Amino acid sequence: MSMKAAGAASEFWRNPQWKSPFHDRIEALMTERHWYDWAGYAAPEIIDDAELEYFAIRSTAALFDISPMVKYSISGPDAEQFLNHLTLRDVSKLKAGRVQYTAWCDDDGQVLDDGTLFRFDDSTFRLCCQERHLPWLMDTAFDYDVTVREETDEIAGLALQGPTSAALLRDAGIDVSGLKPFQIAVLPKSLGRGHISRTGFTGDLGYELFVDRKSAGALWDHLWQHGTLRGLRAIGYHALNIARIEAGFIVANADFVTSETALRSNRPRLPDEIGLDWMVDLTKPHFNGKRAIERSRQSKSRREVLVGLEIEGNEPAQHAIVYHAKRREVGVVTAGIWSPTAKRNIALACVDARYETGDNLWVEIYALRELRYHKLMKRARIVERPFIKLPRRTLTPPGDF
Amino acid sequence: MNKPYDVIVVGAGHNGLVNACYLQRSGLNVLVVEKNDWIGGAAVSRELTPGILYSNCSYVCSLFRPEIMRDLELAKHGLQIIAYEGGAVFKQDGDFLASYRNHHAHRREFARHAPRDGEAYERYARDVTRQCRFIQPLLMRTAPDPASLKPRDLGEMLFLLKKFNELTAREMADTIRFWTMSISDFLDEYFEAEVIKAYLAISGIIGTALGPMSPGTAYVLLHHYMGEVDGNVGAWGYARGGMGAITRALSSSFLASGGTILTDAQVSKVLVRNGRTTGVVLENGDEHLATTVVSNADVKRTFLKLVEEPELPGDFVRQVRNFKMRGSSGKVNIALDSLPEFPALPKGSPCIRGDMHFTDTVERMERGYDDWKAGTWSADPFLDMMIPTTIDPTMAPPGQHFMSCFVQYCPPKIRNADWTDADRDAFGQTVINQIADYSPGFKDRIIHMEVRTPRELEAEVGLTEGNIFQGELTFDQLLFNRPIPGYAQYRSPIAGLYICGSSTHPGGGVMGAPGRNAAIEIMRDLKRNASHASPAHEIL
Ligand SMILES: Cc1cc2nc3c(=O)[nH]c(=O)nc-3n(C[C@H](O)[C@H](O)[C@H](O)COP(=O)(O)OP(=O)(O)OC[C@H]3O[C@@H](n4cnc5c(N)ncnc54)[C@H](O)[C@@H]3O)c2cc1C
Repeated sequence: MSMKAAGAASEFWRNPQWKSPFHDRIEALMTERHWYDWAGYAAPEIIDDAELEYFAIRSTAALFDISPMVKYSISGPDAEQFLNHLTLRDVSKLKAGRVQYTAWCDDDGQVLDDGTLFRFDDSTFRLCCQERHLPWLMDTAFDYDVTVREETDEIAGLALQGPTSAALLRDAGIDVSGLKPFQIAVLPKSLGRGHISRTGFTGDLGYELFVDRKSAGALWDHLWQHGTLRGLRAIGYHALNIARIEAGFIVANADFVTSETALRSNRPRLPDEIGLDWMVDLTKPHFNGKRAIERSRQSKSRREVLVGLEIEGNEPAQHAIVYHAKRREVGVVTAGIWSPTAKRNIALACVDARYETGDNLWVEIYALRELRYHKLMKRARIVERPFIKLPRRTLTPPGDF
Repeated sequence: MNKPYDVIVVGAGHNGLVNACYLQRSGLNVLVVEKNDWIGGAAVSRELTPGILYSNCSYVCSLFRPEIMRDLELAKHGLQIIAYEGGAVFKQDGDFLASYRNHHAHRREFARHAPRDGEAYERYARDVTRQCRFIQPLLMRTAPDPASLKPRDLGEMLFLLKKFNELTAREMADTIRFWTMSISDFLDEYFEAEVIKAYLAISGIIGTALGPMSPGTAYVLLHHYMGEVDGNVGAWGYARGGMGAITRALSSSFLASGGTILTDAQVSKVLVRNGRTTGVVLENGDEHLATTVVSNADVKRTFLKLVEEPELPGDFVRQVRNFKMRGSSGKVNIALDSLPEFPALPKGSPCIRGDMHFTDTVERMERGYDDWKAGTWSADPFLDMMIPTTIDPTMAPPGQHFMSCFVQYCPPKIRNADWTDADRDAFGQTVINQIADYSPGFKDRIIHMEVRTPRELEAEVGLTEGNIFQGELTFDQLLFNRPIPGYAQYRSPIAGLYICGSSTHPGGGVMGAPGRNAAIEIMRDLKRNASHASPAHEIL
């Protein structure tokens, strides 16, 4: 037996939280020094001023580091078939050069995660999501000629969002005038190997750029340089979260509990219970969870629904209990904010399916003011999501705001 | 003639002391008699070489119920459980598998050995936690008697069925599989890397005369994990001052509430008249009278040695004889003049402050078990090795260390013959050699060592065949079958005679639950107020 010294590779305890490729650039801008953990990476909650960061999303341009997002490279002759088996939507309808917002379930039809599926060509895909799924993906891939590999740390990602983002990109030499929502284009070679897509998590005009890790710094600097005249601001999750709630987007393990992380067996949800029913394509051949979803639809056994709420007053209802007739507990608010753009008190909530259309819903808000709670019982109305709809989000060619 | 007590507890193991504390606090006058001239049973810390305190038997605290610590004011009596970090399995190729407290560091280390295993660990942890959440609420309740029609038994049986009924069909299947599977098969469903499986299989074999490939070992793992599930921060770790600190705090609490302890007082017989107990008689001939006697000794010692056989129903005696003990473990405690080095570990690694092992495949573990079956100790044993003094400043002078090595497999007899001193020393040497293979200069650091085979454990702690849990924790000997069907509620065929040790539900480990549950039954029989025994913490 040999007693060789250990390699540095196993010293994970020294730096358990990894740095994104943009870490140093973000740190240099950060005056609030407010980091949080995103899937094992240090990510900024606030860069300097959350409110100003939010208004950069809605009025100029905002740069948000999405490198920590979990990314899987999926490729091979059977990649399309495999992904069709894995996910709810029909992947054969996803053309090369486009992105699909999708979700995937276990055999009980319970949602494992939602995410975006990028199709680069016939046999090359990238799946982006919140949670890690390697064992699940590999088990599902068992019978397919496909290679699944996590590439989170190799691929740097930036979301550039906001009304001036298209103009900024044009200034930076990236032509996005013809790029429609959910469409992908190859980045100019000078910026490294990568792609740009018209996608985002803000409900606004916006793009996401992905490059190999070594090109990350130069890409940031390039955008930053052209951002000066376009009001570009680096933003943290706090601002992004306000925008995504306004846009009505859900976050795994915030607005629903994913089936692989739940300890309590009654917590995971079917797609129909979290507003993802429109994704389920029952016409395609077998996919994970299909039978369970069909069965639940036949027996109308949906227990909960995820709804948008508009709540009277202006006190955010984060994690408040939802009542029917002020008495019966029927749900919980998963995300609640005062919307700075809609000027409404809005929320996402999981509600007992029997009250899906019901009125007479109320939320109980505990507002702490100088060590005294104001207990508020506020009327809540179920409303359409998204809470705000911006025409500039889909306009092609994009406007030059 | 000694004045009579209300209750005599035979044995000052931690369960005997927990039991005595609760009974004394209900207003009863309790005497504890212990055969050794120290207390603690298998939760004991003794200074066998000047300045260095060993945890002679048990060495980590994972199960001790926080409700008991609170009820008996053990913090006030000096008990502190301190969390530790780290852990490692040293591989034969010079690499190692580390265990880290930080979630991401842990995941990345597992992924270093097999890419999917890092994430598989999260699945595994979730499934095991689900099983723990199901079984853990049963610990602090008396097991129902399924043959009884008493409202309380029906109620408890209903509780069990209801818990089972709350499971989905899939969970029910998983649970039944889990209770009956081998830990090796269970781990194969999650992991690829051999070293990861070897690491996680440990909890499935500790204290059991089963190999990692024997059915039923997955449940044993649960028994070791159960302490953690209800978010009891700080309930898992080292007892500051060694495991003896637990029994020291218990005895201090007991004495403070007015109880009496006699040490060096071996009970030779439990007195029985007309089917009722009347007290005990000691080796030295002293008699102590009480109408209630509680035995902390294991079920075999209690009913085959301390009670005259004619007093017991034949069928009962037969079942006690059949109760499986089967010692499988030994212990080597080592005093060191300096901290050993493990060149495989990077400088500054926290691994040295946790549990360390040298068995890097499940196959090697199983081979070690083959030796046990052949009637000898493992030539290539499995070690659960820890150095508590890396974080506990109270057990050795600065710079010196106490190293605890729990060893498997180690049979109660060597090829059907009794252990000899030469066997014992050879066993100790096997262990030392294994450590020295990974730690140059190790042997030169040794100041003193204590080698304990099942022979020593039986002779000293009174553990029949040296089984560390006072009887195997296999599923046939759990819940309402522990120790004997029909006698799982701490009572015995003799009126007034109870048992409260690890032989009873919910079993072994320094947990305190058998002692507490037995006290509640006794208080019920004696119509005492038991409100000082607070209910088990809820699991939300
Ligand atoms: C080597 C070893 C390592 C272990 N490691 C751990 C660990 O790390 N963590 C963990 O949780 N558990 C561990 N255990 C298990 C745990 O220590 C035991 O299950 C537990 O301590 C048993 O407690 P008890 O009170 O039920 O019985 P015991 O501790 O067995 O107490 C019985 C007492 O009765 C006394 N007695 C017996 N007969 C008589 C008599 N005739 N007259 C008077 N007194 C008598 C004995 O001397 C003893 O003090 C380990 C056990 C051993 C042996």
